[in-house]
Amino acid sequence: MSSPLNGLTIESIRAGLLAKKFSAEELARQSLAYAEAENPKTNAYLTLSPERALRAARAVDAKIASGEDPGALAGVPVAVKDVIVTRGLRTTCGSKLLANYVPPYDATAVIRLEQAGGVILGKTNCDEFAMGSSNENSAFGPVRNPVALDRVPGGSSGGSAAVVAQETALVSLGSDTGGSIRQPASFCGISGVTPTYGRVSRYGLTAFASSLDHIGPFGKTTRDAARLLQAIAGRDEMDATSAFAPVPDYLAALDGNIEGLRIGLPREYFDGLESETGDRVTAAVEVLKTLGCEVRDIGLPHTPYAVAAYYIIATAEASANLARYDGVRYTTRSAGANTLSDMYRMTREEGFGDECKRRIMLGTYVLSAGYYDAYYLKAQKVRHLIARDFAQAFEQVDAIVAPVSPFPAFKIGEKVKDPISMYLSDIYTITGDLAGIPCMSVPCGLTAESLPVGLQIITRHFDESTMFRIADAYENASH
Amino acid sequence: MKITEQEVRRVADLANLALREDEVAHMAQDLDCILTHIDKLNELDTTGVEPMAQVLFDAEETATLREDCERPSLSNAEAVGNAPVASGGYYKVPRVIER
Repeated sequence: MSSPLNGLTIESIRAGLLAKKFSAEELARQSLAYAEAENPKTNAYLTLSPERALRAARAVDAKIASGEDPGALAGVPVAVKDVIVTRGLRTTCGSKLLANYVPPYDATAVIRLEQAGGVILGKTNCDEFAMGSSNENSAFGPVRNPVALDRVPGGSSGGSAAVVAQETALVSLGSDTGGSIRQPASFCGISGVTPTYGRVSRYGLTAFASSLDHIGPFGKTTRDAARLLQAIAGRDEMDATSAFAPVPDYLAALDGNIEGLRIGLPREYFDGLESETGDRVTAAVEVLKTLGCEVRDIGLPHTPYAVAAYYIIATAEASANLARYDGVRYTTRSAGANTLSDMYRMTREEGFGDECKRRIMLGTYVLSAGYYDAYYLKAQKVRHLIARDFAQAFEQVDAIVAPVSPFPAFKIGEKVKDPISMYLSDIYTITGDLAGIPCMSVPCGLTAESLPVGLQIITRHFDESTMFRIADAYENASH
Repeated sequence: MKITEQEVRRVADLANLALREDEVAHMAQDLDCILTHIDKLNELDTTGVEPMAQVLFDAEETATLREDCERPSLSNAEAVGNAPVASGGYYKVPRVIER
């Protein structure tokens, strides 16, 4: 059985609905049935939401029947990472602590995508509180990569990447703090976008590291990902860190013309990656040259310090953000606690998984008395140097192109015993989050074992248009 | 070792985590490994570099305040709806003050 979404795009769904070839309700029913049947293979969905989906689909059908515009995402089946809250729909964050948490409000990104006619099919599995690079840190079991079921889909947004690759949703929302959208997109062979910091409201995104957290889209094509970003981007007064900058028409930028664009290849990103991954990325760069891009070598000299700076800043912020899970407000309290202090300590000990505890501990340590200057302040200074590297590079080039991950999807269980090597594998994606610039992964071929490789495209703050233009032109030329 | 098991216990107290003894030993090893990598930052001279606390430090419009007007909010029932123990519209916790 092939997916009812096979061969469809946001654009073709809209055209099909307006031409009355199918209804939004029919598409939603077929997609839900397919998701229910196929999900056991990957464990990508944690919760399906048929009632909510059918209600949204019927609203789209009613608008079409009455001649109203059904919205830019009319009838599009969407999945949402389970760290993004949905009113009345269980939101677990991949954690045992929140196994029964039913949020009383919707995230702004969720409200916007539903207002645009999007149909939420369900919530996707992820590493606990978005902490991980393989989706093996979920309290609800790992996600298997639909491309190779014995391998990880990447993380932390592993479920959101897997559903798009498996075609159990057309597009999805993920979150990215250190690479959690781009790396799973590259592992699953789809497009994944980390927009500029502040481009998408985080209201309703469960906070992990507030100065680094982003919401962003996944799609089979760059065009679909751009359309989903278009629907959710823009200032939101519920998130003081959301940007006022106007949102341009991303689709208008996809004119296929990238002639004369200056593209930088950062030499530090071609150090220590697997040769097949390097070959695929180099081949993609050749395609960009034939499309008229001018490619030059650049340096981002502080790259080797990014992982160290990141794991101080991210864990420090996480230790503060996760303090709220204390047994008072969020569904779970240790049964054995008789005092207030034991209630905090035992609830957290029993509720958090190993990776969350490790990061809470590291974050608490680097912020503790006597260590603040040596660790946290030092890391913030190094972060500035990394951001400055990019700013200087963008004086010479319009975009930077690099690998996403040093290697393709690895086997489930292969790296769980060694947290530091897992952390180091995020080296090429962490830098973009530290600088807050837009970056995406676009598929650039397969290894000999048929594992997808991702090409990373990075541009200036708020220049998603150039990023999408390059990705789309590359996609069209390489297919 | 960059961090001792005793320090791990102290930090676990600060973080309100009742780590088991076997976890303490394991945590000390993991943190030691990470802190050793983090030492790499000391290779860099950061004298005179401003700490970067947020991304868009050049943006003019950040830290704006919205108009202070009354608007609907969560009901009390919704606000305490996810509490493991609630009573009379309040969160209920173990006794804090002894009579």
